[in-house]
Amino acid sequence: MNTDARHRPDFILEKIEKPGVALLTARLPLWQRLMRHDAIRRGLVILVMAALWEAYGRSVGNDLILPTLSSVLKALFRSFADGVMPGRVWNSLDMLLRGYLTGVALAIVVTTLAITTRLGNDLLTTLTAMFNPLPAIALLPLALLWFGIGNGSLLFVVAHSILWPLALNIHAGYQGVSETLRMAGRNPGLKPVAYVARVLFPAALPSVISGLKIGWAFGWRTLIAAELVFGASSSGGGIGWFIFSKRNDLEIPDVFAGLLVIVLIGLAMEGLVFRELERRTVRRWGMLRGS
Amino acid sequence: MTPCSTAAFVPQGAGVKASGGEPALLAVDGVTLQYPSGKDLVTATWRVSFDVHHMDRYILLGPSGCGKSSLLKAVGGFIRPTEGSIRLRNNLVQKPGPDRMMVFQEFDQLFPWLTVLGNVMFPMSARESWSLRDRRDRAISSIEKVGLTQFADSYPHQLSGGMKQRAAIARAMAMEPDVLLMDEPFAALDALTRRRLQDELLKLWDDLRFTMLFVTHGIDEATRVGSRILVLSPHPGQVRAELACPDDFDAGQRKVLEQQITEMLFESKETAHEH
Repeated sequence: MNTDARHRPDFILEKIEKPGVALLTARLPLWQRLMRHDAIRRGLVILVMAALWEAYGRSVGNDLILPTLSSVLKALFRSFADGVMPGRVWNSLDMLLRGYLTGVALAIVVTTLAITTRLGNDLLTTLTAMFNPLPAIALLPLALLWFGIGNGSLLFVVAHSILWPLALNIHAGYQGVSETLRMAGRNPGLKPVAYVARVLFPAALPSVISGLKIGWAFGWRTLIAAELVFGASSSGGGIGWFIFSKRNDLEIPDVFAGLLVIVLIGLAMEGLVFRELERRTVRRWGMLRGS
Repeated sequence: MTPCSTAAFVPQGAGVKASGGEPALLAVDGVTLQYPSGKDLVTATWRVSFDVHHMDRYILLGPSGCGKSSLLKAVGGFIRPTEGSIRLRNNLVQKPGPDRMMVFQEFDQLFPWLTVLGNVMFPMSARESWSLRDRRDRAISSIEKVGLTQFADSYPHQLSGGMKQRAAIARAMAMEPDVLLMDEPFAALDALTRRRLQDELLKLWDDLRFTMLFVTHGIDEATRVGSRILVLSPHPGQVRAELACPDDFDAGQRKVLEQQITEMLFESKETAHEH
């Protein structure tokens, strides 16, 4: 008599009622709702750092060592107002984009060869092992010898700095494509190049995009370093040259302004171009998660 | 591998092959499949022969390790046999082609960057005679047949496992292949969804009468889906029996057949242990 089962009769419901009204969700307080936005939280972090900089700069009181944020912003505004900075930024970006596109195109060609032929694979593996650890800037003296002082040398070192890390990433992405997806792609009998373009490349896109980001950063660094080394080219020099010449004139706030511009362009590239590219592709396709 | 080298071997199944006057659509003849595993060469199947005729629902049944999936991939043209030949409409199978569309077990067989419609249209680039409009219409009607019309513009990651497999079947069927290759397409599904998809597949076959080669390790799935069952023994895969499972079999007759197959598979396991 002490078994529960006897007191628990079986039952079958003839009709199940559906919940009639949508359940109301409680709204979070304003503060918590604001804190849920990444942009607001990150903006707060930047504001705090800016305040710390300004405070410390004022306590040092020496523009030659650490200019205050306000004087840097003033210098930044001035350099934009007199048209010097936009010209410098344009020169750098123009050079960088040309080097970037060259590097990306070469990386795609090299990795396509590597995945379709065994010789190409051996070639890529050996070349990336050789050239990836080699700082592109170390090739600048050679490049100057070959292409002379000017855009040719810059293009060479920037493209070189982008090609190898990107090729490495794309190749790793190709190799990580699942066997099922490969067979599903080969099933209709695609030609090798069509197979790479229509199956492997989109399937490896998360790796490709991360390679593009790394390549962008490498290209930027190399370009600025190259400009710092040999200064102005015939077209008038870029941001690196701006920083270099302002340091010679001991206009330190302007040096900081130049650095700030590099950081801002990097942030814009990450936040606008790459994020948008990811949102429209890999996130939309469910290949990449997270915010 | 030259075709004439196969002449040296008399395929085991050749004597018992009950082929009528009609030539087989797909003829697998003394196929041995080997693949390297570390330093060793593993033999997946050993001189397997069978014929698939038009409108067959031909099942390759066997325990794991009998090489049934490898056999299907060889028919698909993904693996080259080390011995023997595979002929489709009397043409030697040497590489993957749109006349043999494959449905895989894994859910990741759909391209994540294409919608369901895009996925179904993807292999159609191999059909150069079909116009773009034609391809679209065929894809839409194929999607409708598997009941995914509402999800034609969804991406694969938005679908459930059963819906993904339906989409994969639609993609393969829309190509109107000579033979549809199914590699345990329902194995990764839950039991309820599997039953539903098996019934849907049979209904589709009733409408379209395609030829299919279906790999499974489920005896109940074999008798439910198949019209003809090839039983393979493991390590290496060899033909154990070929049994008919006519559509007019009632539940009792199917049970008897299942019992017969079960005994066969367990018996071959015991003999394997004796070695």
